[in-house]
Amino acid sequence: MDFLDAFLNPEIIARYLPALIRAVWVTLWISVLVVISGLALGALLAGLRAYQKRWLSWPIVLFADLMRALPPLVLMLVLFFGLPSVGIILADWFVLYLILTLVLAAFVEEIFWATMTSLPRGQWEAGAATGLSFLQVLLHVIFPQALRMNIPPLVNRSLTISKMTAYGSVIGVKEIVSVAGSAQAFSGSATPLTMAALAYLIIFYPAMLLSRYIENRFHYEH
Amino acid sequence: MTAAQPLPTLEITALEKRFGETQVLRSIDLKVQNGELVFVIGPSGSGKSTMLRCCNRLEEPTSGAIHVSGKPMLGIPRKELDRMRLQVGMVFQGFFLYPHLTALKNVTLAQRKALKRPRAEAEARALEMLDKVGLKHKADAMPSELSGGQQQRVAIARALALDPKVMLFDEPTSALDPELVGSVLKVMRDLREGGMTMIVVSHEMQFAREAADRVVFMDGGVIVEEGPPEEIFGNPKSDRLKAFLSRVSGEAA
Ligand SMILES: Nc1ncnc2c1ncn2[C@@H]1O[C@H](COP(=O)(O)OP(=O)(O)OP(=O)(O)O)[C@@H](O)[C@H]1O
Ligand SMILES: [Mg+2]
Repeated sequence: MDFLDAFLNPEIIARYLPALIRAVWVTLWISVLVVISGLALGALLAGLRAYQKRWLSWPIVLFADLMRALPPLVLMLVLFFGLPSVGIILADWFVLYLILTLVLAAFVEEIFWATMTSLPRGQWEAGAATGLSFLQVLLHVIFPQALRMNIPPLVNRSLTISKMTAYGSVIGVKEIVSVAGSAQAFSGSATPLTMAALAYLIIFYPAMLLSRYIENRFHYEH
Repeated sequence: MTAAQPLPTLEITALEKRFGETQVLRSIDLKVQNGELVFVIGPSGSGKSTMLRCCNRLEEPTSGAIHVSGKPMLGIPRKELDRMRLQVGMVFQGFFLYPHLTALKNVTLAQRKALKRPRAEAEARALEMLDKVGLKHKADAMPSELSGGQQQRVAIARALALDPKVMLFDEPTSALDPELVGSVLKVMRDLREGGMTMIVVSHEMQFAREAADRVVFMDGGVIVEEGPPEEIFGNPKSDRLKAFLSRVSGEAA
């Protein structure tokens, strides 16, 4: 009874549910935007790297290494609190979106690149020999294979990065953790935090089921 | 060139290829006339694959010239090279079908993207080519569902669908189980009867005897001897060819 009262108090639930639902939406749309743009940017970078021009590859590799080495939270704090001192003010949600997108892109670039270089050279050559341009081979022969072979790591990375939207609480984005946290502070009850955990489950559990489905669907013998 | 001599479908002139310090091809000259099947033999490492790969510039020649129906393959912009490659079909030892696409899509991809054929036309052509290699009923199969021989025949259809002027075969049956070799050779024989111009690198000497117009023997990056199959197999002149033939017939026996 005490337990339920502390973690699932009906009155507190009712009071904070609307705010939390709004927060769920914020978490959701930032996550979706991050995943879409992170996958696209990562694939684009891997594609550019495939041209094997040193002035292109070198910055891409540096970018991927830095973004994977630095904690995303540090990057966010630097952008959010550092940039205003040079006169650039970015919206809190945009800083969150931007950093997570760049970090995801860095991982996606590395995942794609590893597969692209491990595909048999004959795949590139078969495309080229049939008159496809380099870009056409990349788009129609190499990328689809890289994508299918990497659905599990890509999905995992996407889920992990989506959960990092919680870092937004540190810079004031009104996502789930930040809303639940202030509700907890105001009410003195742990119930909003339980609600936050449930909210994450509701978002990410179906996402995980979907990823299982996609993995099975696109599995093919190589 | 005199008017009586027809333009070769494929002409290799003074072709040289070096990989760093290693000279792999030295002054190769070869003319392949329309409808001719030229069969290339030679020991491992003699440069057979490299010569074929220079013809469509999967390998960049160090010097020399390649012409397809009189048009240069070398010294042209990439866009033009892509167009020229449509005229030179290539079949690899390892097939290299696209594993994420059905047999039909394997055959339509370059038609759609490189030749810019409308979908319906590309599919009709693909089915026609799959039929030609005896695999129309496998149009919707994925490559992983096909045997090696079937995969190679789809790969042949993929090249044929682009209406090439010449087809290059680099050991098309070497990766196949013995019982599957025949189906691929049959397709090649049909092609030859249909008048396709072909260069075939292979160890199938029996096929060379039956189907080749000319046999070219390479060793150490040069063409040592060439002639009709009866001459090359029945009356070899150079010691190197004699040694090579006794070696391969020894292996076969
Ligand atoms: N990319 C490369 N870099 C360096 N050397 C190469 C390369 N490709 C081929 N060679 C060398 O060139 C020579 C000719 O090779 P090639 O593959 O053309 O011979 P081949 O006649 O086709 O032999 P096989 O019958 O074994 O297929 C070999 O000595 C090989 O090691
Ligand atoms: Mg070879």
